[in-house]
This record gives sequence, structure tokens and C-alpha cells, in this order.
Amino acid sequence: MRILIYMWEGVRIAFDALKAYKMRSILTTLGIIIGVTTVITIVALIQGLNQAFSREISAIGTDTLYIQKFPWIMNDNDWFKYRNRKNITLEESERVRQLSTLSLAVAPSIATRRTAKFQDKSVESVIIFGTNADYMITSNAVPEYGRFMSENDVHENRPVCVIGWEVAQKLFDQADPLGKRINIGGRKFRVIGVLEKKGSMFGFNQDIIGIIPIGAFQSAFGAQRRSVEVEVKIKSPELIEEAEYELTGIMRRIRKLTPEKENDFAINKQSMLLDTYNKLTSTLWAVAIGVGAISLLVGGIGIMNIMLVSVTERTHEIGIRMAIGARGRDILVQFLIEAVVLSLSGGLIGVLVGFLATWVVNLATEWVTVISPTNVLLSFGFAGAVGIFFGYYPARKAAALNPIEALRYE
Amino acid sequence: MLIQLEKIEKIYEIGTVKVPALRGVDLLLGKNEYVAIMGPSGSGKSTLMNILGCLDTPSGGTYTLNDINVSEMDDDQLAEIRNREIGFVFQTFNLLPRATALHNVELPLIYNGTSAVQRRKQALEALDQVGLADRVHHKPNELSGGQRQRVAIARALVNRPSILLADEPTGNLDSRTGDEIMEIIEDLHEQGHTIILVTHEEYIAEHSNRIIRLRDGLIERDEAVHK
Repeated sequence: MRILIYMWEGVRIAFDALKAYKMRSILTTLGIIIGVTTVITIVALIQGLNQAFSREISAIGTDTLYIQKFPWIMNDNDWFKYRNRKNITLEESERVRQLSTLSLAVAPSIATRRTAKFQDKSVESVIIFGTNADYMITSNAVPEYGRFMSENDVHENRPVCVIGWEVAQKLFDQADPLGKRINIGGRKFRVIGVLEKKGSMFGFNQDIIGIIPIGAFQSAFGAQRRSVEVEVKIKSPELIEEAEYELTGIMRRIRKLTPEKENDFAINKQSMLLDTYNKLTSTLWAVAIGVGAISLLVGGIGIMNIMLVSVTERTHEIGIRMAIGARGRDILVQFLIEAVVLSLSGGLIGVLVGFLATWVVNLATEWVTVISPTNVLLSFGFAGAVGIFFGYYPARKAAALNPIEALRYE
Repeated sequence: MLIQLEKIEKIYEIGTVKVPALRGVDLLLGKNEYVAIMGPSGSGKSTLMNILGCLDTPSGGTYTLNDINVSEMDDDQLAEIRNREIGFVFQTFNLLPRATALHNVELPLIYNGTSAVQRRKQALEALDQVGLADRVHHKPNELSGGQRQRVAIARALVNRPSILLADEPTGNLDSRTGDEIMEIIEDLHEQGHTIILVTHEEYIAEHSNRIIRLRDGLIERDEAVHK
């Protein structure tokens, strides 16, 4: 109770001082303001980026591995090395499917862009995938209506196709596409299913696609010599490491690689993208933390400086307070509160300016920003901590004053 | 006895030189006494006042206030004693310039943790007692010297202390206002307060009932005032 009463007195003194020295207070807290603004803004940008990225990457499951010729992440120079690798073939994909024990579904896939036509309507640059029935599982290609390709469709290279949501919209509008024959790159395919709307990922519109049996793909569009991508869905995400190990073993066995030889294929997974992304954003984090820390340090020194001035200016007042019964620690608490009020005011202004800055970024660019309550509270907390840390020395000095000398000081 | 000083010594060390300010002062003071402490500058008057007011501790001897030995207390304990037992009235008023009269008077109560409602009630009573009920929201620079000193007296009284310690209370006032302040102090004495007055003015000291004269750190004379 007692501590609350003189803490309140401290708050009162602090606001009196803020009112009495407006300009000085604002200048003092400038460092804190800049620090908090920077942190709020950069963190809002990073979190916005994170949100966008995780939305995009969610299409690639954490339980899916991709056996491909090229790794997703590589240096410029490596490209020539990987280019000389053997293509991954349909037969290899089939062997993987037979040998793998940890996989739920294995789908080979090749892709190309073709124009799709129905009567007088057409859609250009439709991404056509040649694959098998497992693709529904590996790529989460669920038909909204109709059905996906069956094992038989694939086995017998039937000219059937499953089309993306937007292709169906554009070619058929309100009409029922099922059973209709559409023209893809000069060949006729019967529509057996339409996929759910999926949106886009990394700029690739997942609704402008068509899926056909891989054999039909090869006979229609050639591509016998193109490398196949093998999508492998694992039984559960926890098994991903084991599965990667297993698939590596299977591929090496199929390709009869002797132990001293390097892998001549790549096994890709979502975490590779995530790692690269995190590496990129960690630089941003470092900038935010660096700028924030330096500004808060400078701001803290500013506060310490002004608090020392304040203690000297108010020596007489401290003497009066001590004469009428304020203990050293009461004075200490009061000056600490003043320092914290100063730094928190700076923090508050910083948060407001940060909100403003991110709002401007939102208006001026397409960059999405996210200001989380944690972010705001953390910035605020840091500002307060700076106040306590840098306010302690001046407050200690005030508390240690001798009442008689302080009273005599004019 | 309210106050009991036994062989109080105070030695200041200035560099390597020891300067004795008090050299063994013995003094007994009862409740509701009204004493004046007099002496030329350098007599140890201020030092004695600081020790009586618990702003300072003696180098030797014992000081018993209300049966409590305060001569060996630490700074925090002394602060509490000052808050509870002593009301100061200074020559230069020593009010907080940015605070209203009311807040100035509330100040001692803030440091002993009195609740806001109780604080306000007591402070208003004290201000009423010194005739400033209509000035409670004025700041010191909106008040005359006499009014400021009355605020200071209200602040000294608000905690109902054992001793009112007035250090040249009229020193900064004209003689008419000074007389008013002395009247208030006299009234307080009649109401039962114990008053210690530090002054170098003979006619001010004569308001009291007992004059203690200091010289060179010792009590030179201690005599009753005959009115």
C-alpha cells in the first residue's frame, strides 16, 4: 500500500516534469523513439513476409519429398554440374514405387504449357501435367466434382483429363464440363474431373492446369527425353528423414552407384525452401535487432544524462522531501519512475510512428505487414527496461544525497 | 521527558582538520515546552537543530526522543522518525514550487502511506488551522510570504508530530507578517504542541518560555523567560 502511494507520487512528479520540460523530454526520448519505431516497422515487415511465405509454401506438404534432377536451392555455378546428370525416368519412378516402404503414394510427373480449347473458347499457357493416379495424393489434387484419373486410365493411356478450376470456368462458364472433349495442344481429351480452387503459389496459378495420364502425355507431346519429377508422399511427416534416407538408398541402388560416387539426383523437400527463406530473413532480423539495440542504447544514455541533470536541478526539492520523511529508497523509486515514464513515453511515440510507417508501406507497396501484440508489448517492455537500467544510476545518486546538504543547495 | 540529550558531540572533519561544532551538550525538554535556541553564528546552533530534527546524527553522546534512542539510527530509520515525530518550519519555507498548497501539505502523509482520502482530509484540516482554507489549490508563487509560511506550518502539523522545529521562521518576512506567524506558533503551543524555535533575534526568542544560549558548541545559559 505504502509503496503504491509513493509510486503514484512518482508518476505525478514525472508527468509534472514532462509538462514543465516538453521540448527537453522529447529530445531526450528521441533515441528510444527511433529504436522502437525501427523495431516495430522491420518486425512488421518480416512478419508480413513470413505470413505470405507460409501461405505460399503450405501447398508443399511437410510430408512430401521430390526426387528431381536439380535441387531447388543451388549456386549459379552448380547448374552446369547438375545439367549433366542423367534424367530421371518413368521406369525409375516405378521402381521407387515398388521398393519404397515408407511412402504412401509415388507420382512421376512431367509438365509443359499448352493451349486448351473448347469450341470457340480457349485458355493459353495451361500447365499440363503428365502423371499417374497417385498424383491426387502427392499433390493434393482433389476433384471438386467428377473424379481423378484411375489406375486403368493411366495404365491404358486413355485420353482423359482433370482440369483446374479456372480452366473449367473459362472454357465452360456455367456449363457442365464432365464428359466433354477438349483440345489440348492439338489432341482431344475427355474431361473427367474438375479440381478444387487452390489459388497461386510463388506466382504460379494452380488453377490453370490440366492433368493427363503420363503415357498419353509422352505420346502427345514427346518429351521422352525429359527428366521426370517423382513426387513421394510419406506415411507421416515424422518419417521424412527416414524416408529421405530410404529413397536415396533406392535411387543409388537403381542407378548402381558405387559407394565413392556422389548422388546424381536430388531429393527436395519443403524444409529446404524454409531454410533458405530463414537464412534470408535472419539478415533482416539482425538489422532490426542491431538498429533497435543501438538506438535504445543511445536513447538510454540520453535518459541517463537528462536524469542526472534533473537530479542536480532538484537537489533542493530532494532535500525538502527527505526532511519531511522520504527515505532514500522512496527517492530512488520516484526517480526510477520518472526515468521509466520518460522512456515509456518514447516507446509509446515510437509505437505510434511505427504504426504510421507500416501503414505508409502498406499504402505505397504490395508488401503485407503484420503488427502483432507481442511485437508492440516487447518493444514497450524494452523501452521500459532501458528506463530502469539507465535511470538507476541517477536515481541512486539522488537517493544517496545528504538531506542537510540537499536542503542547503540552491 | 520528551527530549533527552546527554553529552552530545558533533565533530566535522574537513580534510584532516577536526572541527568540533558541539562539545558535550546536555539538555532536557518536556512535553509542551516552548524553547528558543539562540547563539551567534558558529555557536553550533544549526548543528544542534539538525541533530534535534534527526537530519544528522551526533558523533558522540546519546539523544533520546520519546524514549527512543535515535542517536544510532540509520538513514532510513531517521527518515521515519522525522516523518512521524518532527515538523519542520524553515526560514525559506521550502515548499515544492510546482505543487499546490494542498499537495505540499499532503507530502509527509504520502511518505508514511496514508490513503488518499485520509490524506486530503488531514491536509485540509491543517490548512484550515492556519487560516488558509480558501487557498488550498494555489501554488506557492501565487501566495504571499506569510501565506507560504503558513502552508509550511500546516505541512509541519499535518502528521501530528511530537516537536515543531522552527528555524528562523520569520527571517524572510516583514515584521507585521512575522508577528502573525509568531501568533500562530503561540496558538499551537497553547494547543499543546512542543515548540523549538531557532533564532538570533532577541524579540522573537522572547515569545518562548525558555531561552537556551549556545556559545562555542556548549550551552552558555539556559533560562526561563519572565513575561
